[in-house]
Amino acid sequence: MSLAGYEFEVQRDDGLATEEMTLNMGPQHPSTHGVLRFVVKADGEIMRTALPDIGYLHRSIEKISEKVGYHGFMPYTDRVDYVSAMQCNQGWAMVCERAAGIEVPRRGEFCRIIACELGRIASHLLSVGTMVMDIGGMTPFTHAIREREKVNNLLEDLCGARLTFNYMRIGGVAWDLPPGYAEQVTAFLDRFEPFIAEYNDLISYNKIYVERLANVAAVSKEEAINYNLVGPNLRGCGFQYDVRRDEPYSIYPELDFDVPVGTGEVGTLGDCFDRYMVRIKELKESCKIVRQCLDMIPDGPVLARVAKKLKPPVGDAHVRVEASRGDMGWYVVSDGSEFPYRTKIRTGSFSAMSIVDKLSRGIMIADLIALIASLDVVAPEVDR
Amino acid sequence: MQSFIDGLIASGVFGGLPAEAVYPAMMFLFASLVVFGFVLPLVTITIWLERRVWSRIQSRVGPNRVGPQGVLQGLADGVKNILKEDVVPDAADRPLFVFAPYLLVWGFLATFVVIPFSSALVVADLNVGILYITAIVALSAVGVLMAGWASNNKWSLLGGIRSAAQVVSYEIPAGLALLPVVLLTGTLSTQGIIQAQGWAPWDWFLFHSPFTFIAAFAFYISALAETNRTPFDIPEAESELVAGFATEYSGFRFALFFLAEWGSLYVTGAIMAVLFLGGWQVPTGWTNNTVVLNIVQLAVFFLKAYFWVFLAMWIRATLPRIRVDQMMSLCWKYLVPLGFVNLVGTAVWMVIWPEGNPFVPYLMVIGTLALVVIFFRRVLYHLRRAKPELYFNPAI
Repeated sequence: MSLAGYEFEVQRDDGLATEEMTLNMGPQHPSTHGVLRFVVKADGEIMRTALPDIGYLHRSIEKISEKVGYHGFMPYTDRVDYVSAMQCNQGWAMVCERAAGIEVPRRGEFCRIIACELGRIASHLLSVGTMVMDIGGMTPFTHAIREREKVNNLLEDLCGARLTFNYMRIGGVAWDLPPGYAEQVTAFLDRFEPFIAEYNDLISYNKIYVERLANVAAVSKEEAINYNLVGPNLRGCGFQYDVRRDEPYSIYPELDFDVPVGTGEVGTLGDCFDRYMVRIKELKESCKIVRQCLDMIPDGPVLARVAKKLKPPVGDAHVRVEASRGDMGWYVVSDGSEFPYRTKIRTGSFSAMSIVDKLSRGIMIADLIALIASLDVVAPEVDR
Repeated sequence: MQSFIDGLIASGVFGGLPAEAVYPAMMFLFASLVVFGFVLPLVTITIWLERRVWSRIQSRVGPNRVGPQGVLQGLADGVKNILKEDVVPDAADRPLFVFAPYLLVWGFLATFVVIPFSSALVVADLNVGILYITAIVALSAVGVLMAGWASNNKWSLLGGIRSAAQVVSYEIPAGLALLPVVLLTGTLSTQGIIQAQGWAPWDWFLFHSPFTFIAAFAFYISALAETNRTPFDIPEAESELVAGFATEYSGFRFALFFLAEWGSLYVTGAIMAVLFLGGWQVPTGWTNNTVVLNIVQLAVFFLKAYFWVFLAMWIRATLPRIRVDQMMSLCWKYLVPLGFVNLVGTAVWMVIWPEGNPFVPYLMVIGTLALVVIFFRRVLYHLRRAKPELYFNPAI
């Protein structure tokens, strides 16, 4: 598709000819959350269109899987969405287990869910923090990052890494919880749950902040489904769909948690504020899930015995996990060898990019920043 | 100042030089003294203070390496900026691009001419002082627009246009908010306005009547907008326009923009102190030494001005940025009508109580004190509830 394909003519009553300004937002721009590029056609401050130009961070991750084998691909999955790598780990592990018919030990499942939900807290904290920073408030960002550091410390205790975890293995997880881990996590959660209220006091209901986000780039329920929005972006439109609840996997059916949806409390249903607020509410739900897992976790092994050279039978497998940015689809085709024949990853950020052009028409340049931030787009997840 | 030079001429220090040559030379000398001895250190200290205050609010530590507690950080940054390459883009309009930062710096330096730091320390007590400030501050808008246009960069252009629209709009509520004080004193001279007030809070124009109280905050908001401070920092909104009008600048020209920004922050505080907080007024009669009196006055003025500077830092750390259309509607729909209401209200007040209402200033001082106490109790409550992990050691 040609990026110059969109031409708009500005008609003026007095017959003067004007030109639209073409702005290149990105790939190096402070608020495109990575190397994203938007070709913006603007009439002064009002945007006519903003076309996303993706591919600056394409690293052929799917192709790499065909060369490194099932076990060897696990570290690469961290790089699919490096802001919440745990769920990507889990997606790959689950799709391989389904292809090869491996049963995961029960304690391993619990370890996975604890790690995933801590990762979700970290990811959502980054999202709500950068959202405020894009709107111009600097302090809430540092407060959110301060809490995220603690999650990172916990995850470091768990697997030795703070960003690219490589924690899970096909058939379970690499390491059991370290001694005293439950107490550490509980101590963190005890401190963190009041922090959510503190954060809301700090910024969420700030008048300027609400004015900036309310009624901006509202998405209707039908639009969201048509454009394949997933995760918090979809729930922000008031559509209650969560893979963890509606297509349950792992131990999620045994856990008790709510699926928060947008309520349109300050403006139109499905505006930027609703998407933001869903993430804030999900922080609480994740805390709830982690607490339940810590209570229910059984003893036993964490890793099933899996062949060093895993050769799933000929066929294919597909799983969906609820990653931080929504429904993440993992598809693998096996030809019976030790390398996958084909891997396909379907990510939430990628589909979210498709709606940017539609939503950006007629809003202001400052609103585009809010829109991108509220869709919580992460560049590596878009391009993979 | 003029009498000082006259005295020097009369005593024959300059030999037979004509007075027309001595005046500009002395003015130039004095201006450079003020700029290098006072304004530049002031700005670097303000920048350092802002960074420290800001980092405390954000539970960080902030610059604390260069010099004691990092006070010399501004000096280090300045040296770094001088050593950097001064890039002028090929496609830029070179003369305008090179000239723009100077215009901006002039705009704020020239305001120091009429700021009375104490009863004797004022460069020129112009009889149009306040009018002069409102006029000269608009120079910085020309500088910003020039920088935005000459950079030949679309982000810069947007920033420059935004800044022009913003400053031109907010000149009006700022001017309207000054008028109640001018009505009350009948003078535009900054010294005259201070002399019309007293040292005690109930003698300040801030608490003179409810209208002047509102006018003070209307002026402060407008001044924040004119100096591109958060929540009105939309001309350089870093998350939208990269760095706005300063995107293409580097080296010391870039530093000049920030010199002007933080310098005008102090100017804002100083004008607020002059107009509404009684300026350098201190209780009289306890000393006959003019030098001591002037130093105390300087300190009092400095503290009053810095209160507003600190408030601006606090606001910057707290609030997000508003949007362009919201900025415009705030100005034209709220601040301008409010300014007219204040003007008419002050006039009516003066007709009813020509000498000022005998009780209202005291009531307003008590009310403000009560508000401050309630505010700090609330802050304490929140601090206790949140169990914050802060450094309470100020020496970190």
